[in-house]
Amino acid sequence: MMARFTALMALLLTALTALPATAQNGPLRLEITEGVIEPLPFAVPVFVATGNGAQAAQDISNLIAADLSGTGLFREIPASAHISRITSFSSPVQFADWKAVNAQALVTGSVDVDASGGLTVQFRVWDVYAGQELGSGQQFVGTAQGWRRIAHKIADQVYSRITGEGGYFDSRVVYVSETGPKDQRAKRLAIMDYDGANASYLTDSSSLVLAPRFSPSGDRILYTSYASGFPKIYVLDVASVSRRQLPTQDATMSFAPRFGPDGQTVVYSLEAGGNTDIYTMNVGSGASTRLTSAPSIETAPSFSPDGRQIVFESDRSGRNHLYIMSASGGEAQRISNGDGNYGTPIWSPRGDLVAFTKQLQGRFHIGVMRTDGSEERLLTASFLDEGPTWAPNGRVIMFHRETQGADGQAALYSVDITGRNLRRVPTASGASDPSWSPLQ
Amino acid sequence: MNTGQIISGAGHIAVIGWILFGGMLPDRELEFDVTQVTAVSSEEYADIIARSNSPEETSEIAPPAAPEVPQDSPDLTSEADEPLAAPQPEAAPEAAPDPAPTAPPAAPQADVSPEAPVIEPPSEDMAALLPDSAARPQQRPAERVAPQQVEAPEPDTAVDDVVREEAVPDEAPSEIVREEAEATAPEAAATEIVTEADEAAPLNSVRPRTRPQQLRPAPEEQPAPEPETQTAAADPAPAPATDTSSVEDALAAALGGASAPADTPAPSINAGPPLTAGEKDGLRVAVQSCWNTGSLSSDALQTTVTVSFEMSEDARPIEATVRMLDSTGGTEGSAQQAYEAARRAIIRCGARGFGLPAEKYASWRNVELTFNPENMRIK
Repeated sequence: MMARFTALMALLLTALTALPATAQNGPLRLEITEGVIEPLPFAVPVFVATGNGAQAAQDISNLIAADLSGTGLFREIPASAHISRITSFSSPVQFADWKAVNAQALVTGSVDVDASGGLTVQFRVWDVYAGQELGSGQQFVGTAQGWRRIAHKIADQVYSRITGEGGYFDSRVVYVSETGPKDQRAKRLAIMDYDGANASYLTDSSSLVLAPRFSPSGDRILYTSYASGFPKIYVLDVASVSRRQLPTQDATMSFAPRFGPDGQTVVYSLEAGGNTDIYTMNVGSGASTRLTSAPSIETAPSFSPDGRQIVFESDRSGRNHLYIMSASGGEAQRISNGDGNYGTPIWSPRGDLVAFTKQLQGRFHIGVMRTDGSEERLLTASFLDEGPTWAPNGRVIMFHRETQGADGQAALYSVDITGRNLRRVPTASGASDPSWSPLQ
Repeated sequence: MNTGQIISGAGHIAVIGWILFGGMLPDRELEFDVTQVTAVSSEEYADIIARSNSPEETSEIAPPAAPEVPQDSPDLTSEADEPLAAPQPEAAPEAAPDPAPTAPPAAPQADVSPEAPVIEPPSEDMAALLPDSAARPQQRPAERVAPQQVEAPEPDTAVDDVVREEAVPDEAPSEIVREEAEATAPEAAATEIVTEADEAAPLNSVRPRTRPQQLRPAPEEQPAPEPETQTAAADPAPAPATDTSSVEDALAAALGGASAPADTPAPSINAGPPLTAGEKDGLRVAVQSCWNTGSLSSDALQTTVTVSFEMSEDARPIEATVRMLDSTGGTEGSAQQAYEAARRAIIRCGARGFGLPAEKYASWRNVELTFNPENMRIK
């Protein structure tokens, strides 16, 4: 019996082997559905210097590499690993040498500083494995003192050409600088580059200031000040550092202002008679319009990028949740549905997400959700994370984190919307309430 | 109870007892092969191996005697070579400003007799030259089998103690009648045993035959049909080799050009045995490991692109052939970003070859990969 079975199996195998292979017609077609998420290796060899541009070339090259590496999306190939040396901006690139060090993107450039201090920077971006240029060469002209802005602009171009979305390096952040112990903390407005450089103060510490917000064009800043004894909204011109108070009713508290996308409309909260509601105001005329009239607390409003809707927080359901209503007021739709308390919502510049602060089980989180409340994701967790603000490209969120205890300090952090690349933003002192400017 | 019932009962009991205790038990032992072995020590085994690998005794082989030169050797028409005098360097003449090209000097005439020399065949006792190769170890003496049966040797004569009368054969011995046997082939045997070591090793290995490309036999009425190719028309007219238009048409058809006749069946780009699922997975995993979506924008992560390329026979993508066939779900800009990431994945991971089976080259020469980032989106 066993012998018969063995013989049968052998016969079957022989028959299967002898079957003619089915010929394949057409190309081999496969679907790739899984990939890897890792920083893209790139190289920025020191730009070729002419004139007096040696130091500027070194500084600009380093800053471009730092900008790109700081995103977490790119990884710099160190200069010590480079095989090729770029000695001429117009020379052909030896792609094989850059492939050998696994550089997938290459940035080459030249820097010239003339006798009068004029700075001229040229650059090109190369796709090493395709052996071709990404976009076309570009040139920036400025002064030697402004080399950081030129480097940030070049980094924005590189970022945009590789990722396909806008950069955020040539931008600034306004925030509340905090000094002193927690019970006697002095606060004043400060402004800096997105990476912490070029920090300067906009106000003194004679009065408490809160919640600065950039205008859509970046030329003005709204903030709340207790200079009059009540919290009032001020608008500050960044160039002249001049300020003025927006007209509001006496004996009321107005706070949490934000510009609308038109730069003329301000949405804010006003507390009167123990009730806090949301209003809009025309900055030019000072005319206000009440949008909500519920007995609950409605605050922290934020316009959608198209200006048609406003997201805000309210405790009308017993706990703080996020709601969306029309920019002209009316019925609001609750979008947050999870446990805990939601607050300080801010609409993404892309319009697809809302960032928020969430307090859950004694811890604070920065999170994002879609505008219909779906796909909620918490990006951070700590003793106190608060006040998110979007980068101009909607890819990064900056917020402030405060450590626990009497000596706790507030500091600024940034995180990618994927939850990766959490970084502390360097500031000279404690910092809170950041607001990211648009690209300059 | 009568006798019949007793006999019947006894018979039944006997049958039942045989079934229970006789038939059900195995009546024979299971067969198994028996191989006689002899235990040897490791020293003995090493000694056996040493004796089989190298000859124990070596003998010097006398150098062969010089072949005798036949007395009637042919007269050589050429004289003995004289030692060549070392060429003396001559002073280089001064270079003329523009020397006129002159014809090269005529080649020297070879001193060759018109009649070919006659060389007598070597005598039989001429010594054979030994090959230069090292002496091979001698083979163990093996039994030789003769093709014919050999009579057994006569036994040694022994004197018997018992005196026996001389046997007298019968006067009329009966003839031995042998049955006629059919003619049979002699047994396969030779006067010498030829081992593999004595046979010349083949210089080239026999390659397996490929699958015939032309499944249908050529019509017999074509005496000398040209070899058909995949790009040829169904009924190609015999054309001279210098007809470049047909070649161009064939090339155009191969490249998918529009110059091919409309009624010509489209040839398959890849024809051959298909890849196995494991081989396809290997290619897929290789490309996936280099498909980096970390730097792609949200829009690009919404875009599915299909990229085609050709591969060389060493399974490396030909960079110049990588191109985007199609894109869905995004803008033109996001499609370009997604395509560039896909192209980087193909070229980067294919730089060392994808390790596909060479015998199936026709199956993976042309590849179309669809990069679907659905699982890579930010969630």
